[in-house]
Amino acid sequence: MELKLNLNGRNVTGHIDPGTLLIDFLRQQGCVSVKRGCETANCGLCTVLMDGRPVLSCSVLAARAEGHRVETLEGLQQEAADFAGFIADQGADQCGFCNPGFVMNTIALLREIPEPTDDQIRAYLAGNLCRCSGYDGQLRGIRAYLDSRKK
Amino acid sequence: MRSIQKYVRAESLEQAYQLNQNRRSRVLGGMLWLKMGRGPLGTVIDLQDLGLDTIEETEEGFSIGAMVTLRQLEQHPGLNAYTRGAMAQAVKDIVGVQFRNLATVGGSLWGRFGFSDVLTQFLAMDTTVELYQGGLVPLEEFACRKPDRDILVRVHVEKTPGVFRYQAMRNQRTDFPVLTCALSRVSGEYRAVIGARPGRAMVLRDREGLLAGGITEDSAKAFARWAAEQIPTQGNLRGSGAYRTHLVKVLTLRGLKELEETGRTDPWN
Repeated sequence: MELKLNLNGRNVTGHIDPGTLLIDFLRQQGCVSVKRGCETANCGLCTVLMDGRPVLSCSVLAARAEGHRVETLEGLQQEAADFAGFIADQGADQCGFCNPGFVMNTIALLREIPEPTDDQIRAYLAGNLCRCSGYDGQLRGIRAYLDSRKK
Repeated sequence: MRSIQKYVRAESLEQAYQLNQNRRSRVLGGMLWLKMGRGPLGTVIDLQDLGLDTIEETEEGFSIGAMVTLRQLEQHPGLNAYTRGAMAQAVKDIVGVQFRNLATVGGSLWGRFGFSDVLTQFLAMDTTVELYQGGLVPLEEFACRKPDRDILVRVHVEKTPGVFRYQAMRNQRTDFPVLTCALSRVSGEYRAVIGARPGRAMVLRDREGLLAGGITEDSAKAFARWAAEQIPTQGNLRGSGAYRTHLVKVLTLRGLKELEETGRTDPWN
Protein backbone atom coordinates (compact mmCIF):
# COMPACT_ATOMS: atom_id res chain seq x y z
CA MET A 1 0.00 0.00 0.00
CA GLU A 2 1.08 3.58 -0.57
CA LEU A 3 1.97 5.88 2.31
CA LYS A 4 2.17 9.66 2.19
CA LEU A 5 3.30 11.69 5.17
CA ASN A 6 5.28 14.76 6.02
CA LEU A 7 8.70 13.76 7.34
CA ASN A 8 10.90 16.47 8.79
CA GLY A 9 9.18 19.13 6.74
CA ARG A 10 9.16 17.36 3.38
CA ASN A 11 6.40 15.30 1.82
CA VAL A 12 7.42 11.67 1.48
CA THR A 13 5.75 8.81 -0.38
CA GLY A 14 6.60 5.16 0.08
CA HIS A 15 5.28 1.66 -0.40
CA ILE A 16 4.69 -0.37 2.72
CA ASP A 17 3.14 -3.62 3.88
CA PRO A 18 0.07 -3.20 6.12
CA GLY A 19 2.10 -4.44 9.09
CA THR A 20 5.13 -2.17 8.58
CA LEU A 21 6.00 -0.28 11.72
CA LEU A 22 6.74 3.42 11.63
CA ILE A 23 10.26 2.84 13.00
CA ASP A 24 11.10 0.61 10.04
CA PHE A 25 9.69 3.06 7.52
CA LEU A 26 11.63 5.94 9.07
CA ARG A 27 14.89 4.04 9.07
CA GLN A 28 14.32 3.11 5.43
CA GLN A 29 13.98 6.84 4.77
CA GLY A 30 17.44 7.36 6.27
CA CYS A 31 16.35 8.46 9.73
CA VAL A 32 18.70 6.11 11.56
CA SER A 33 18.62 8.18 14.76
CA VAL A 34 15.39 6.27 15.45
CA LYS A 35 16.67 3.26 17.37
CA ARG A 36 15.13 -0.13 17.98
CA GLY A 37 15.39 -1.05 21.66
CA CYS A 38 13.04 -3.12 23.77
CA GLU A 39 10.27 -3.51 21.19
CA THR A 40 7.84 -3.75 24.10
CA ALA A 41 7.05 -0.01 24.18
CA ASN A 42 9.00 0.56 27.37
CA CYS A 43 12.40 2.06 26.63
CA GLY A 44 11.72 5.24 24.65
CA LEU A 45 14.62 4.72 22.21
CA CYS A 46 12.35 4.95 19.19
CA THR A 47 10.70 8.24 20.22
CA VAL A 48 9.60 10.50 17.36
CA LEU A 49 7.18 13.40 17.26
CA MET A 50 3.90 12.80 15.46
CA ASP A 51 1.92 16.00 14.97
CA GLY A 52 4.21 17.45 17.65
CA ARG A 53 3.52 14.78 20.28
CA PRO A 54 6.16 12.27 21.34
CA VAL A 55 5.20 8.68 20.47
CA LEU A 56 6.91 5.30 20.29
CA SER A 57 7.52 4.55 16.63
CA CYS A 58 8.02 0.84 17.43
CA SER A 59 4.34 0.68 18.32
CA VAL A 60 2.77 2.70 15.53
CA LEU A 61 1.82 1.13 12.23
CA ALA A 62 3.36 3.21 9.45
CA ALA A 63 -0.06 3.22 7.79
CA ARG A 64 -1.50 5.10 10.77
CA ALA A 65 0.90 7.96 10.06
CA GLU A 66 -0.68 8.60 6.65
CA GLY A 67 -1.40 12.31 6.36
CA HIS A 68 0.40 13.17 9.59
CA ARG A 69 3.52 15.16 10.36
CA VAL A 70 6.45 13.13 11.70
CA GLU A 71 9.68 14.58 13.06
CA THR A 72 12.87 12.75 13.95
CA LEU A 73 16.15 13.99 15.34
CA GLU A 74 17.43 14.42 11.77
CA GLY A 75 14.91 17.23 11.34
CA LEU A 76 15.45 18.87 14.70
CA GLN A 77 19.22 19.26 14.79
CA GLN A 78 19.12 22.98 15.54
CA GLU A 79 16.65 22.65 18.40
CA ALA A 80 18.54 19.67 19.83
CA ALA A 81 21.91 21.39 19.60
CA ASP A 82 20.71 24.01 22.07
CA PHE A 83 20.78 21.63 25.00
CA ALA A 84 22.52 18.42 23.88
CA GLY A 85 25.90 19.97 24.64
CA PHE A 86 24.83 20.58 28.24
CA ILE A 87 23.93 16.90 28.59
CA ALA A 88 27.30 15.89 27.13
CA ASP A 89 29.08 18.29 29.49
CA GLN A 90 27.63 16.37 32.42
CA GLY A 91 28.95 13.07 31.08
CA ALA A 92 25.37 11.88 30.97
CA ASP A 93 25.92 9.92 27.78
CA GLN A 94 28.02 6.86 28.20
CA CYS A 95 27.22 4.36 25.45
CA GLY A 96 24.91 7.00 23.96
CA PHE A 97 22.39 4.54 22.54
CA CYS A 98 19.48 6.05 24.47
CA ASN A 99 20.48 9.59 23.55
CA PRO A 100 18.30 10.21 20.45
CA GLY A 101 15.18 9.11 22.32
CA PHE A 102 16.12 11.24 25.31
CA VAL A 103 16.76 14.27 23.13
CA MET A 104 13.48 13.87 21.24
CA ASN A 105 11.48 13.59 24.42
CA THR A 106 13.35 16.51 25.97
CA ILE A 107 12.42 18.63 22.95
CA ALA A 108 8.78 17.67 23.51
CA LEU A 109 9.11 18.47 27.22
CA LEU A 110 10.59 21.92 26.66
CA ARG A 111 7.98 22.78 24.04
CA GLU A 112 5.20 21.77 26.41
CA ILE A 113 6.70 23.05 29.66
CA PRO A 114 9.32 25.73 28.93
CA GLU A 115 10.37 26.06 32.59
CA PRO A 116 9.97 22.60 34.09
CA THR A 117 10.77 21.73 37.68
CA ASP A 118 13.07 18.80 38.42
CA ASP A 119 10.06 16.64 39.27
CA GLN A 120 8.39 17.57 35.99
CA ILE A 121 11.57 16.67 34.09
CA ARG A 122 11.80 13.30 35.87
CA ALA A 123 8.12 12.58 35.27
CA TYR A 124 8.24 13.54 31.58
CA LEU A 125 11.37 11.52 30.89
CA ALA A 126 10.29 8.48 32.92
CA GLY A 127 9.60 6.60 29.71
CA ASN A 128 13.20 6.88 28.53
CA LEU A 129 15.43 4.16 29.93
CA CYS A 130 19.20 4.46 30.24
CA ARG A 131 21.13 1.45 31.43
CA CYS A 132 24.50 3.20 31.76
CA SER A 133 23.70 6.18 33.92
CA GLY A 134 21.50 6.89 36.91
CA TYR A 135 19.58 9.64 35.09
CA ASP A 136 21.10 12.34 37.29
CA GLY A 137 23.49 13.39 34.53
CA GLN A 138 20.64 14.00 32.10
CA LEU A 139 18.73 15.91 34.76
CA ARG A 140 21.79 18.06 35.59
CA GLY A 141 22.34 18.73 31.89
CA ILE A 142 18.79 19.90 31.29
CA ARG A 143 18.88 21.97 34.48
CA ALA A 144 22.17 23.59 33.39
CA TYR A 145 20.64 24.42 30.01
CA LEU A 146 17.58 25.97 31.63
CA ASP A 147 19.76 27.97 34.01
CA SER A 148 21.91 29.19 31.10
CA ARG A 149 18.85 30.56 29.34
CA LYS A 150 18.14 32.82 32.29
CA LYS A 151 21.59 34.44 32.14
CA MET B 1 5.67 -7.86 15.09
CA ARG B 2 2.59 -9.81 14.05
CA SER B 3 1.87 -10.06 10.39
CA ILE B 4 -1.11 -8.02 9.23
CA GLN B 5 -3.01 -8.84 6.08
CA LYS B 6 -4.91 -5.61 5.60
CA TYR B 7 -5.14 -2.14 7.16
CA VAL B 8 -8.38 -0.19 6.86
CA ARG B 9 -9.05 3.33 8.10
CA ALA B 10 -12.75 3.07 8.80
CA GLU B 11 -15.02 5.73 7.27
CA SER B 12 -17.96 4.91 9.52
CA LEU B 13 -18.75 2.91 12.62
CA GLU B 14 -20.97 0.66 10.53
CA GLN B 15 -18.06 -0.16 8.23
CA ALA B 16 -15.81 -0.80 11.23
CA TYR B 17 -18.44 -3.03 12.81
CA GLN B 18 -18.96 -5.07 9.65
CA LEU B 19 -15.23 -5.56 9.16
CA ASN B 20 -14.88 -6.58 12.78
CA GLN B 21 -17.32 -9.47 12.43
CA ASN B 22 -14.51 -11.58 10.99
CA ARG B 23 -12.81 -13.28 13.92
CA ARG B 24 -9.34 -12.50 12.52
CA SER B 25 -10.07 -8.75 12.46
CA ARG B 26 -9.05 -6.41 15.24
CA VAL B 27 -9.99 -2.84 16.08
CA LEU B 28 -6.86 -0.80 16.81
CA GLY B 29 -6.58 1.15 20.02
CA GLY B 30 -3.07 2.30 20.83
CA MET B 31 -1.81 -1.06 19.52
CA LEU B 32 0.60 -1.35 22.44
CA TRP B 33 -0.81 -4.58 23.79
CA LEU B 34 -2.02 -5.89 20.44
CA LYS B 35 1.48 -5.94 19.02
CA MET B 36 2.66 -8.10 21.92
CA GLY B 37 0.29 -10.90 20.95
CA ARG B 38 1.03 -13.85 18.73
CA GLY B 39 -0.33 -15.04 15.44
CA PRO B 40 -1.20 -13.29 12.20
CA LEU B 41 -4.02 -10.78 12.02
CA GLY B 42 -6.49 -10.38 9.18
CA THR B 43 -7.86 -6.87 8.89
CA VAL B 44 -6.88 -4.22 11.42
CA ILE B 45 -9.41 -1.42 11.72
CA ASP B 46 -8.31 2.10 12.54
CA LEU B 47 -10.95 4.44 14.03
CA GLN B 48 -8.78 7.59 13.90
CA ASP B 49 -10.98 9.37 11.33
CA LEU B 50 -14.26 8.92 13.22
CA GLY B 51 -13.96 11.88 15.59
CA LEU B 52 -13.62 9.71 18.67
CA ASP B 53 -10.55 11.51 20.00
CA THR B 54 -12.23 14.21 22.08
CA ILE B 55 -13.50 14.65 25.62
CA GLU B 56 -16.77 16.55 25.71
CA GLU B 57 -17.81 18.07 29.01
CA THR B 58 -21.32 19.21 29.90
CA GLU B 59 -23.04 20.17 33.16
CA GLU B 60 -24.07 16.53 33.58
CA GLY B 61 -20.86 14.72 32.78
CA PHE B 62 -18.12 13.75 30.36
CA SER B 63 -18.35 11.95 27.05
CA ILE B 64 -14.98 10.44 26.22
CA GLY B 65 -14.29 9.06 22.74
CA ALA B 66 -12.76 5.62 22.49
CA MET B 67 -9.67 7.04 20.75
CA VAL B 68 -8.92 9.56 23.50
CA THR B 69 -5.42 8.88 24.78
CA LEU B 70 -4.40 8.33 28.38
CA ARG B 71 -2.37 11.52 28.10
CA GLN B 72 -5.56 13.44 27.30
CA LEU B 73 -7.17 11.97 30.42
CA GLU B 74 -4.14 13.02 32.43
CA GLN B 75 -4.28 16.59 31.19
CA HIS B 76 -8.01 17.26 30.94
CA PRO B 77 -8.82 20.11 33.34
CA GLY B 78 -12.50 19.25 33.79
CA LEU B 79 -11.95 15.57 34.42
CA ASN B 80 -9.22 16.30 36.92
CA ALA B 81 -11.24 19.01 38.63
CA TYR B 82 -14.12 16.55 39.05
CA THR B 83 -11.89 13.73 40.35
CA ARG B 84 -9.64 16.09 42.30
CA GLY B 85 -6.64 14.84 40.35
CA ALA B 86 -7.43 11.15 40.79
CA MET B 87 -7.64 10.61 37.04
CA ALA B 88 -4.16 12.02 36.44
CA GLN B 89 -2.88 10.10 39.43
CA ALA B 90 -4.26 6.87 37.95
CA VAL B 91 -2.46 7.14 34.62
CA LYS B 92 0.70 9.12 35.37
CA ASP B 93 2.92 6.08 35.97
CA ILE B 94 1.78 4.10 32.95
CA VAL B 95 5.18 3.76 31.26
CA GLY B 96 5.97 7.20 29.84
CA VAL B 97 4.48 10.20 28.08
CA GLN B 98 5.18 8.64 24.67
CA PHE B 99 3.27 5.51 25.65
CA ARG B 100 0.36 7.48 27.07
CA ASN B 101 0.17 9.51 23.85
CA LEU B 102 -0.66 6.25 22.08
CA ALA B 103 -2.67 4.17 24.56
CA THR B 104 -6.38 4.82 24.26
CA VAL B 105 -9.30 4.73 26.67
CA GLY B 106 -11.15 2.40 24.33
CA GLY B 107 -8.27 -0.05 24.12
CA SER B 108 -7.70 0.03 27.87
CA LEU B 109 -11.32 -0.63 28.79
CA TRP B 110 -12.08 -3.03 25.96
CA GLY B 111 -9.13 -5.18 27.03
CA ARG B 112 -10.44 -5.43 30.60
CA PHE B 113 -6.85 -6.04 31.62
CA GLY B 114 -6.19 -7.18 35.17
CA PHE B 115 -3.35 -4.70 35.55
CA SER B 116 -5.38 -1.74 34.32
CA ASP B 117 -5.13 1.48 36.30
CA VAL B 118 -7.65 2.94 33.86
CA LEU B 119 -10.34 0.34 34.51
CA THR B 120 -9.80 0.70 38.26
CA GLN B 121 -10.32 4.47 38.25
CA PHE B 122 -13.30 4.43 35.88
CA LEU B 123 -15.04 1.83 38.06
CA ALA B 124 -14.80 4.22 40.99
CA MET B 125 -16.96 6.71 39.06
CA ASP B 126 -20.46 6.43 37.59
CA THR B 127 -19.26 5.17 34.23
CA THR B 128 -21.16 3.73 31.29
CA VAL B 129 -19.68 2.43 28.07
CA GLU B 130 -21.40 3.01 24.74
CA LEU B 131 -21.19 0.04 22.39
CA TYR B 132 -22.05 0.38 18.72
CA GLN B 133 -24.55 -2.48 18.77
CA GLY B 134 -24.97 -3.09 22.47
CA GLY B 135 -25.85 0.48 23.44
CA LEU B 136 -25.16 1.82 26.90
CA VAL B 137 -23.82 -0.65 29.44
CA PRO B 138 -22.66 0.14 32.99
CA LEU B 139 -18.89 -0.32 33.13
CA GLU B 140 -19.18 -2.67 36.08
CA GLU B 141 -21.31 -5.03 33.99
CA PHE B 142 -19.17 -4.57 30.90
CA ALA B 143 -16.01 -5.42 32.86
CA CYS B 144 -17.45 -8.85 33.69
CA ARG B 145 -18.39 -9.68 30.11
CA LYS B 146 -16.23 -11.62 27.71
CA PRO B 147 -15.02 -9.68 24.66
CA ASP B 148 -17.27 -10.02 21.62
CA ARG B 149 -17.28 -8.47 18.13
CA ASP B 150 -18.95 -5.17 19.11
CA ILE B 151 -17.14 -1.82 19.10
CA LEU B 152 -16.66 0.46 22.06
CA VAL B 153 -17.52 3.96 20.84
CA ARG B 154 -17.50 6.26 23.85
CA VAL B 155 -17.25 6.23 27.61
CA HIS B 156 -19.69 8.33 29.64
CA VAL B 157 -18.98 9.55 33.15
CA GLU B 158 -21.74 11.22 35.13
CA LYS B 159 -20.79 14.15 37.32
CA THR B 160 -22.39 12.56 40.34
CA PRO B 161 -21.30 14.48 43.43
CA GLY B 162 -18.42 12.56 44.91
CA VAL B 163 -14.83 12.43 46.04
CA PHE B 164 -12.12 10.18 44.63
CA ARG B 165 -8.64 9.03 45.60
CA TYR B 166 -6.35 6.79 43.58
CA GLN B 167 -3.29 4.85 44.61
CA ALA B 168 -1.23 2.04 43.17
CA MET B 169 1.73 0.08 44.41
CA ARG B 170 4.49 -0.49 41.89
CA ASN B 171 7.82 -2.19 42.44
CA GLN B 172 9.30 0.43 40.16
CA ARG B 173 7.85 3.54 38.56
CA THR B 174 6.51 2.79 35.06
CA ASP B 175 6.22 -0.96 35.75
CA PHE B 176 2.90 -2.80 35.89
CA PRO B 177 1.22 -2.22 39.26
CA VAL B 178 1.35 -4.85 42.00
CA LEU B 179 -2.02 -3.58 43.16
CA THR B 180 -4.34 -0.73 42.18
CA CYS B 181 -6.81 0.88 44.55
CA ALA B 182 -9.41 3.56 43.86
CA LEU B 183 -11.58 4.82 46.70
CA SER B 184 -14.66 6.90 46.16
CA ARG B 185 -17.75 8.24 47.84
CA VAL B 186 -20.33 8.80 45.14
CA SER B 187 -23.75 10.08 46.20
CA GLY B 188 -22.95 8.97 49.72
CA GLU B 189 -21.99 5.44 48.64
CA TYR B 190 -18.48 4.25 49.46
CA ARG B 191 -16.65 2.15 46.89
CA ALA B 192 -13.28 0.46 47.01
CA VAL B 193 -12.10 -0.70 43.61
CA ILE B 194 -9.16 -3.07 43.70
CA GLY B 195 -7.28 -4.16 40.58
CA ALA B 196 -4.09 -5.95 39.59
CA ARG B 197 -5.04 -8.61 42.16
CA PRO B 198 -3.64 -9.68 39.59
CA GLY B 199 -7.11 -10.33 38.17
CA ARG B 200 -9.22 -7.52 36.76
CA ALA B 201 -10.50 -4.80 39.06
CA MET B 202 -13.52 -5.50 41.23
CA VAL B 203 -15.81 -3.14 43.06
CA LEU B 204 -16.42 -3.53 46.76
CA ARG B 205 -19.30 -1.62 48.34
CA ASP B 206 -19.82 -1.04 52.02
CA ARG B 207 -22.42 -3.80 52.41
CA GLU B 208 -21.69 -4.14 56.12
CA GLY B 209 -22.22 -0.44 56.78
CA LEU B 210 -18.81 -0.14 58.38
CA LEU B 211 -18.48 3.42 57.13
CA ALA B 212 -22.12 4.37 57.72
CA GLY B 213 -21.12 6.72 60.51
CA GLY B 214 -18.41 8.34 58.41
CA ILE B 215 -14.67 7.78 58.16
CA THR B 216 -12.91 7.62 61.51
CA GLU B 217 -9.67 5.91 62.46
CA ASP B 218 -11.60 2.89 63.73
CA SER B 219 -14.15 2.64 60.93
CA ALA B 220 -11.44 3.02 58.29
CA LYS B 221 -9.40 0.23 59.88
CA ALA B 222 -12.46 -2.01 60.11
CA PHE B 223 -13.35 -1.40 56.45
CA ALA B 224 -9.76 -1.98 55.31
CA ARG B 225 -9.61 -5.27 57.25
CA TRP B 226 -12.94 -6.34 55.78
CA ALA B 227 -11.83 -5.37 52.25
CA ALA B 228 -8.71 -7.49 52.61
CA GLU B 229 -10.90 -10.47 53.55
CA GLN B 230 -13.27 -9.93 50.63
CA ILE B 231 -10.87 -9.32 47.76
CA PRO B 232 -9.42 -12.49 46.23
CA THR B 233 -5.73 -12.18 45.38
CA GLN B 234 -3.12 -14.39 43.76
CA GLY B 235 0.62 -14.34 43.30
CA ASN B 236 2.68 -13.67 40.20
CA LEU B 237 6.24 -12.53 39.60
CA ARG B 238 5.48 -9.04 40.98
CA GLY B 239 4.16 -10.16 44.34
CA SER B 240 2.57 -13.00 46.26
CA GLY B 241 -1.11 -13.31 47.05
CA ALA B 242 -0.40 -12.69 50.74
CA TYR B 243 1.52 -9.52 49.91
CA ARG B 244 -1.32 -8.26 47.74
CA THR B 245 -3.84 -8.97 50.50
CA HIS B 246 -1.68 -6.95 52.87
CA LEU B 247 -1.56 -4.16 50.28
CA VAL B 248 -5.37 -4.17 49.98
CA LYS B 249 -5.52 -3.37 53.68
CA VAL B 250 -2.79 -0.73 53.61
CA LEU B 251 -3.92 1.11 50.47
CA THR B 252 -7.59 1.00 51.45
CA LEU B 253 -6.85 2.46 54.87
CA ARG B 254 -4.57 5.12 53.43
CA GLY B 255 -7.09 5.93 50.70
CA LEU B 256 -9.98 6.25 53.12
CA LYS B 257 -8.03 8.71 55.25
CA GLU B 258 -7.23 10.77 52.17
CA LEU B 259 -10.86 10.53 51.08
CA GLU B 260 -11.98 11.89 54.41
CA GLU B 261 -9.48 14.73 54.22
CA THR B 262 -10.54 15.59 50.65
CA GLY B 263 -14.24 15.27 51.48
CA ARG B 264 -13.99 17.77 54.31
CA THR B 265 -12.90 20.55 51.99
CA ASP B 266 -14.47 19.45 48.74
CA PRO B 267 -17.37 21.44 47.32
CA TRP B 268 -18.31 18.54 45.01
CA ASN B 269 -19.20 16.32 47.90
